[in-house]
Amino acid sequence: MAQPIIEFKHVAKQYDDTVVLKSVDLEIEAGKFYTLLGPSGSGKTTILRLIAGFLEASSGDILFEGERINDVPAEKRRVNTVFQNYALFPNMNVFENVAFGMSIKGKPKNEIKAKVAEMLELVKLGGYEDREISELSGGQQQRVAIARALANDPEVLLLDEPLSALDYKLRKDMQYELREIQKRLGITFIFVTHDQEEALAMSDWIFVTNEGEIVQNGTPVDIYDEPINHFVADFIGESNIVPGVMREDYLVSFAGKEFENVDGGMRPNEQVEVVLRPEDLDLVAEEDGKLVVTIDDQSFRGDYYEITAHDDDQNEWQVQATNPAVIGERRGLYFDPEDIHIMRLNESEEDFDARLEQYDDSEEDEEGADEQ
Amino acid sequence: MSNKRTFSYTVPYILWLVLFVVAPVVLLIVQSFGNIYGHFTLDNYATYFSSGTYLRMTFNSVFFAFIVTVITLLISYPMAYIMSRLKNAQFWLLLVILPTWVNLLLKAYAFIGLFSKTGTVNNFLSFIGIGPHQIMFTDTSFMIVAAYIEIPFMIMPIFNSLVELDRSLINAARDLGATPWQTLTKVIIPMSMSGVKAGIQAVFIPTLSLFMITRLIGGNRVITLGTAIEEHFLVTQNWGMGSTIGVILIIAMAATMFFTRDRKKKGGRRRG
Repeated sequence: MAQPIIEFKHVAKQYDDTVVLKSVDLEIEAGKFYTLLGPSGSGKTTILRLIAGFLEASSGDILFEGERINDVPAEKRRVNTVFQNYALFPNMNVFENVAFGMSIKGKPKNEIKAKVAEMLELVKLGGYEDREISELSGGQQQRVAIARALANDPEVLLLDEPLSALDYKLRKDMQYELREIQKRLGITFIFVTHDQEEALAMSDWIFVTNEGEIVQNGTPVDIYDEPINHFVADFIGESNIVPGVMREDYLVSFAGKEFENVDGGMRPNEQVEVVLRPEDLDLVAEEDGKLVVTIDDQSFRGDYYEITAHDDDQNEWQVQATNPAVIGERRGLYFDPEDIHIMRLNESEEDFDARLEQYDDSEEDEEGADEQ
Repeated sequence: MSNKRTFSYTVPYILWLVLFVVAPVVLLIVQSFGNIYGHFTLDNYATYFSSGTYLRMTFNSVFFAFIVTVITLLISYPMAYIMSRLKNAQFWLLLVILPTWVNLLLKAYAFIGLFSKTGTVNNFLSFIGIGPHQIMFTDTSFMIVAAYIEIPFMIMPIFNSLVELDRSLINAARDLGATPWQTLTKVIIPMSMSGVKAGIQAVFIPTLSLFMITRLIGGNRVITLGTAIEEHFLVTQNWGMGSTIGVILIIAMAATMFFTRDRKKKGGRRRG
């Protein structure tokens, strides 16, 4: 594997008695779009600030292309930041803002001018050089902030919840555009957000943070399909989480019944949590369902109905359906074995990865054995 | 009904303005056109502009006020900057404000105690073998005391503008490659200019008309416009001439306000 562009080794951060980051390890590869995803106070912005150099780690090493940069001041690091509140200089116009980094470095005037024009073109604000910051809308200020950061040719662009102040439609547009810009320039983006939808839509790789730790990292699909624990399952997407017991490999019991599934590698009769995504559940006729539920409530969400129901064990179920249901009606609930996801209680990310790998191998072995 | 109520609320303010601002200014202007017998005349202005003494005094006044303002600014800006970075900023600010609650005369007398021939400073100078010196009644002592008195009024507005400065702007400047010094000169100072201007107004204008200090500390060697006004009203009883100098002082204040106002830059944006 190529050398990671940024690496954290047991990095911790604390203020007096408050620990905001507990021994974080992570590796960032060049040229990808990374997202730090977590609720507020989970330490994601702290990680970003440690990379930018606005904070000093209490312990541990931060490496940039293999070199320790803990003591390198922010202005000497080859990373640039897009701030949550944009942090544009209000006493300068658009041109002066975007040119700030280059004029500090004493680049020649014509070079600066060309670069500013190019960057504004990139963020679709060509010709806005002479505008004052106060004349721009929030979305335009956002773009200027991105142009200003990119004008310094950073190796890594850090984005601190840059879209959180924009309205829904604009946010969607900017998600596409940021992804587009990242692909075009080929530099590494590290994006911080608490919006799981944003993270899933944009990232090559997601780090999920909670309470000062990285609880899981992986591709958006991995994290969505195989959440490691209750927190991740709950935080990313909508989830039905019910307690269950793993009878044996590929057989789980919950809601008073036993179901075939595709997970294994656990102790027999181990207590687990079972996750079923609302969009994987189908409402069918009572006799065709694997479970029988009573419809409690439904709300129209535009492209689907969000239906709440409960089974005979009083577990609550959320179902996304294209057709409306009748409140109070008894319906069957149908799902496939691969829709059932099992989470062990208190499993570490290492154990989780190892188990997935192991049981994937054994699955392949079995398939191999079948063939013979 | 609501109009009536609004009006009744504004009555006290209007009364205040009329009684204590408009009326005195009008009186001052009217009197500046009167001689000692109360007849209308332009003599006061003619005397003012043709007499070397008055012009020199005005120049002295402006010059001293300028020096005192520069001294206070040079001391106050770094001090306000450091204070704004401290943990207990509000506590330090309180310490700065505290002396302003003490009566001006008391502070002046305290300085007499320090600066006089047998005062603390001369005792110390004698002790290390380079004294005593004449400190009282010199230009230097006047400027030291005036600066001391004005410093809180310079620190407060600068401190406020620095505290209001968004920390992320400083981070942004560093992030874009600016050294701490460049961040100071290109971001922090330009963005705290409104505080500096307010501080200059709060120091320069009162210093123009200081008179108690000039007497007690400057020993009438330093004669400012303030001293001259006091002299004309209380000693020579030439209210006309006193008023004329008062009008000159008002014009000087207006000019200072004009030059340190918040300027609008192209695009209709407020600077600073």
